[in-house]
Formats: sequence, C-alpha cells, structure tokens
Amino acid sequence: MSDTAMTAPGGHDDDGTTRRDFLLFTTLTVGATGAALAVWPLIDTMNPAKDVLALSSTEVDLTPVQEGQAITVVWRGKPVFIRRRTQAEIAAARSVKVSDLPDPQPDTARVKQPAWLILVGVCTHLGCIPLGQKSGDTRGDYGGWFCPCHGSHYDTSGRIRRGPAPANLTVPPYEFLNDNSVRIG
Amino acid sequence: MSKPTWTNPVVRWIDYRLPVFTFANEQLIEYPTPKNLNYWWNFGSLAGIVLVIMIATGIFLAMHYTPHVSLAFASVERIMRDVNYGWLIRYIHMNGASFFFICVYIHLFRGLYYGSYKSPRELLWIIGVLIILTMMATAFMGYVLPWGQMSFWGATVITNLFSAIPVVGQSIVSWLWGGFSVDNPTLNRFFSLHYLLPFIIFALVFLHLWALHAHHSSNPVGIDMKGPQDSIPFHPYYTVKDAFGLGVLMLVLLGFVFFAPNFFGEPDNYIEANPLVTPTHIVPEWYLLPFYAILRAIPNKLLGVIAMFGSILILVLVPWLDTSRVRSARFRPVYRVFFWVFLLDCIVLGYVGANPPEGYFITVGQLATFWYFFHFVIVLPLVGWLERPRPLPDSISASVMAGKGKEAGHA
Amino acid sequence: MHKALLAALLAVAFFVPQSSSRAAEGPALPAQAWSFKGAFGTYDRAAVRRGLQVYREVCAACHSLNLVAFRHLGDVGFQEAEIKAVAEAYKVKDGPDDAGDMFERAGRPSDYFPAPFANTKAARASNGGALPPDLSLMTKARKQGPDYVYALLTGFKAPPAGFSLMAGMNYNEHFPGRQIAMAPPLAEGALTFADGTQSSVSQMARDVTTFLSWTAEPEMEARKRLGVKVLLFLLVLTGLLYALKRAIWQKLH
Repeated sequence: MSDTAMTAPGGHDDDGTTRRDFLLFTTLTVGATGAALAVWPLIDTMNPAKDVLALSSTEVDLTPVQEGQAITVVWRGKPVFIRRRTQAEIAAARSVKVSDLPDPQPDTARVKQPAWLILVGVCTHLGCIPLGQKSGDTRGDYGGWFCPCHGSHYDTSGRIRRGPAPANLTVPPYEFLNDNSVRIG
Repeated sequence: MSKPTWTNPVVRWIDYRLPVFTFANEQLIEYPTPKNLNYWWNFGSLAGIVLVIMIATGIFLAMHYTPHVSLAFASVERIMRDVNYGWLIRYIHMNGASFFFICVYIHLFRGLYYGSYKSPRELLWIIGVLIILTMMATAFMGYVLPWGQMSFWGATVITNLFSAIPVVGQSIVSWLWGGFSVDNPTLNRFFSLHYLLPFIIFALVFLHLWALHAHHSSNPVGIDMKGPQDSIPFHPYYTVKDAFGLGVLMLVLLGFVFFAPNFFGEPDNYIEANPLVTPTHIVPEWYLLPFYAILRAIPNKLLGVIAMFGSILILVLVPWLDTSRVRSARFRPVYRVFFWVFLLDCIVLGYVGANPPEGYFITVGQLATFWYFFHFVIVLPLVGWLERPRPLPDSISASVMAGKGKEAGHA
Repeated sequence: MHKALLAALLAVAFFVPQSSSRAAEGPALPAQAWSFKGAFGTYDRAAVRRGLQVYREVCAACHSLNLVAFRHLGDVGFQEAEIKAVAEAYKVKDGPDDAGDMFERAGRPSDYFPAPFANTKAARASNGGALPPDLSLMTKARKQGPDYVYALLTGFKAPPAGFSLMAGMNYNEHFPGRQIAMAPPLAEGALTFADGTQSSVSQMARDVTTFLSWTAEPEMEARKRLGVKVLLFLLVLTGLLYALKRAIWQKLH
C-alpha cells in the first residue's frame, strides 16, 4: 500500500517528491496520533463512573456486634466480613508459626484493633463466598472460614491454611472513625 | 488491472487462500475513478464514516443506557454527568445524527443534479433511497430513547400515523406500542431496533458500494470513462481528498459538539416525558421537517400519511421519471433551473414543518407540497422531452482540459 | 457561482432558527451578559456559591434538584469539607435497617439533593394543584434558558388593566400565558449572602441562574477546554491534509 503511495503520481524524479514524502509522513503521524487519542474517551467510558467511585466507601456501626459474632456488609458489591473475635480466637491466630503458613503474614499485620477482624469475604481461589459467618455454619478446621466450592480452610485471622486457595482473604482498606464505627474503603 | 504479486510471505499465504489483499488493491487502491470528481463527491464517503462514528459511539452509550420508562431519562443524564467522557460520546452521537443526514442529503442532491441515478446506476440509486428510509426509522427510534417530552410525543404522533390505515390501523398501532399508548414496551423495542437497524444500514451501504463499483462513479460531466486517460487510481488521489474532506467535516461536527451541542435539539427534550402534558409545539428533528410539512399539508389523515411516505418513495422512480438522456445538469439549462427551484422547495417545506400549522404557513405548505410532487411527476419527464441539452464534451479528459483553459483565462 | 448559491441555500436550511409559537407569547428575552457565555466562558464561582444559597434558602422549598449530588459541587470549586457540610445539613431517607424500617440520617457527599416533596402528587397538593418542576435541567429545557430563568424571576408585575388573572395566579410577562402559579419568589434582601453581596432581586436572580446553568451543564467548562484543544489539533491536521492533497494532485493539474 505504501509502495503505491510513493510511486503513484510521477515517481521520484521531480523536486516535489521529497517534500511530499515528508508531508505524507507528518500527516500520517499527526493523523494516527489523533485517531489514537480519539479512541481514549470511548475506552474511558468503561472505567468506573463518578457515581460509582463516590459509593466506594461505606460506614458501619459496630455497636450491635457481640464478642464472637460476625456481620456481613456490602462494600463495592462484595461481602465484607466483620468478626469481633474472642480472646481465644485472637490467641489462636497469634500462636501460629508464621513461616509455616502458605501465605505467611502475622495476625498483627491484618488487624488494626485485635478484636475486630475485617476481611473481603471472597475466596482467593475462584471467588466463592466462604462459610463461617452465621452461627450454624461450618468454620473449617481452623475455626475461621471454610469455602464449600473447593474446600479451602481459613483460620481466625482469615489466612489460608489448607486447600487450593493461593492467598489469605484480602483485608480491605478501612479506618476506625471511633470505637464503635468503621469506614471501609 | 494487473494482479499484484505480493512480496511479503504472510500476505501471500493469506491472499492465496482469502484474496482480501487483492480485493482491497482492486477496489480501494487501483480502483479507476473519474479524474474530474468535484468536492460534492466527498459526501458519500463522509456519510459512511459518520455511520461508523455513530455505531462506535452508540455501542458505548448502550453500555450505560437503561431502556425503562422510569430510568431512561436519568440514565442519559447519568451519562452526561457521571460517566467518564459520557457527555462527549453522547453529544457526538446526538450531533452525529444531524451530520449523517447533512452528508446524505447533500449526497442525494448531488445525485439529482448530476443525474447519477441514470442507467446503469438505477439499483445503486434505489438502494440509496432504502438507506435513507432506514436512517429515518433509526433516527426516529433513537430520538425516543432519552425519554424526554419530544421523545414521547414525537413517538406518539408518528406511531399514530399508522392508525390512518383502514380497518387494521388501530391494531397495527397497538402492535407497534405493545400496549395502549407509547410506554415501556415501546421504549424497549425501540431500543432493540435502534441497535439493530444501523447494521442493516451497514449492509445496505455494502450493497450500495458493490453496485457502485460495478459501473464506477459517475462524474460532473456525466459521460462514461472511455479509457485510462479519463481515470486516476482511487489511492492516493481520492483517499487524500476524502481524508481532507473528513478533516473539514470533523472540524464542523466537533465545533457543534464542543461549543453548541444542543443547536440541533429541542429544549423540550430536557424535560422528562409526561404522558399527561403535551408540549405546545411538537416538532420532529430538522431532517424530518420537510416530510412532516407534507404530512400536515394534506387535510385528510390517510392521504397525508400516503403523501408523506410517497414523498420519499417517489425517489425510487426518479431514474424512469427523468426522460433526458443527458446525465449532468451542467448540460441541461432548463433542468438546472428546476433543480434549484426544487431544492428551494424542500427548504421551504422544512421551514413550514418547523412552524405551527397556522395562517399562511398552511397555504405555503400546500403549495410547496404540490410543487414537490409536480417536480417529479410532471417537470422531470417533460423537461427531459422538451429541453435541448448543450453539446457534451468528447471525453472526461477533454472536458478537464477545456476547464483548465477556462480557469487559466480567468486568472 | 452555483456552488456558492448551493452552499448559501444549505446554510439557510440548516441555520434558520425554528421559530416557535411560544416566542410570540411574551416580549423578547433580553440577552444577559453571563460569565459562562462564549467559547471560553466559565461559571463565576462566587455567583455559583451565592446561587446555591438562593436555591437552598428559597427555591428548595418547592423545587427539587434530583439530578445533582452534593459531590458534584466539587466541580465548581467546593472543597471536600464544604461539600460534607452542605450534605450534612440535609436529612436523607435511607434503609431499610436490620429491623426493616426506613430511617433518616445526615446526608453524605454521594447523596443527591433531597426533593421537597415525596412525589408529584404531594407536590401538587401543597401548591394549589401546580407542579413545581425539577430545576436540574431548567436552563437547558427552555429556549435561551439562562435569559429565560432570569427574566422569569425578575418579570413579576402588576397585571395590565383588563387582564383577567385567575385565582391563585400571578402575572409574569415572560411565562407562557402570562399567568404563573409561582408567587414572586425573590424579595429585596430576602436573605443575607455569606459573602456580603447585596441581596437585590436581580442579584439573587442572576446568581441562582448561574447556579442552575451549572446544574444543567456541569460538563460545560471541561467541554469548552477540550474543544479548544481538539479544534486546534484538527485545524493543523486538516491543513496538513490540504497541503498533502495539493501536493499529490499537483502532477495531474
């Protein structure tokens, strides 16, 4: 195609040719740049819109949660597990040898206040929701959560202990506004 | 046309099995085109590009639009306010519709002026008329989607046209609505069809081009190419000319998009649809105004509807109504006058369509409607028989030489 | 010659403004000098702030602003803390809570301006049968929108002799039909502007119109900014294409 462009009218013998090749090159460059820039707005419409981003944080009142209980809240369309751990659960989470874990991480790096464990409730294997929030649920072999899809066991710090999941349950960004409320996101 | 030998082995491998490169070379690069096409010949390819722009922006708008009566208006406003670049995509789509019609109407009048519809290009012309019809349906349904006052009442008025059909009219209207008024089922099906029809337009454009390439472009002098001296390869001559035309079109289109995005629109469409309140003055989009004027010019409902559809369908017959054997109006002194009168008539119809049917607008609308049909049914055949065309040049290249002499003389 | 003629005709066809019967009903709208007019116009930030105050203290009693969220105020120079303060002044209905009840809480930046009435029927019932329209798009939903809103707000007069005004209506020469259910909303000194500006009727009308122009076209400033860049770019590209076209066609001529 470019061959045709070069040779079409008149060939290379006249003085205008070099100027024209330069002009062709410049125009094609500018035009291609413009076309590429024009595609961006189309692609960007598919990124999260402003109203979606505005709802990207959620505030949770922790007052009704008793020790040993858990609540599930929705944050960015996903369940977030908030568990008020017992002393025994905290102790269990902290007594494990970190280097033995599939995804080594100390419990202290996963909580801001030891009593409150806040996790994105999505199994890191293939995205199922693990069991363990309701009182009748099985909590797996390590007292945390158990994913029924492919049998991943999580401990009382939400760390993967056994099963196909490659990583610990994700800790979302959050901060305590005061002792009784937390903002996730 | 010599079959090119491809040097790139990948290209050669593909081309042997699926000769896309040979096809592109024949139809887009070496494709012999009359050397004397003027800028009015740009508008066909421009319309094609606007179609692509409309489909591209439309696909992305559809990702954010909700076709439900209680959500549609708000979802369009969400596109305008919250979706990244949503306002840009929507305004391009909105103004693009107008520019699609601008390009196609110029293309149509160019065909009328230069007699591009004459043998052997009758089918090419008829497919073009089908494209315009499909475009109108698409544009009409697209205008309903934002669910503003004009959307709703435009849809009500236009769908009610079908009630003019004897016996089955009312059944057809409620079939179109999917209910007893323009409502959620109507909006849903209009959205579905608005997404479908552009692809049908695309297919029709393909047929349009196929027919075009069978006998090549007509040209301003209207005589056929008689040999290589009359033609030039499409690339680079017309690719660069079309690209330049596209640049100008984009300047104008984006000028409106960025600085007067609602110029072609009606303020009433920024009021959410309300089935209980009719706007004081219902007008369709500007590109449908002449046909709307024809509809209203005739006091009988059924005849008005027939006249309106007839005003578009009569274009199909133009290749046979025009009895002159000379294509280009350049050599037809009488037809040329009637062409300009006809164009003026269409503009008058558009102006009448934009105004309320009161006072002298009624008379003017009726006269203009009469002239619209008179032009096709009486003027075209009679002028063809009675007019004495000026002598045609021997060939395209001869006319180009003569033209150059004239230009030089002026300069 | 023909080309010029055709171009002129097409120009007439496309650019003749569609005259409307509404235009005949009132005196012509005087064109105001708005800060947001023209290719480089922007919203006067101070006027938008005052206009928000007018909306909150006057218009919001009857008119909703359904399409505007508090967070949108960030586009016209409000700081995050200011947006929060505006939002928290409103009670927003939320729920259901765990007991299944709806409850009220303070507004958040992501909330939309709450409507004064629960639905259109309630709005009509409280306004003698007339429906106060939503104001989010008002300046886009009328011809010469900003001029119209300003003219309407300042256009209340005593009816001329012989004009029969219906009960509960007010005379306003810029409203279609000249009678409007809305009582004159603005009175001299009706509110105290936070920035100390004199709150004359025309000042308040001007400011709230600026505010409503922003709510109608929040994208306007970004649009014009991008537009200047895009058009300059296209001008260069089109110029190059023209030069290239001439260079390529030169051999033929």
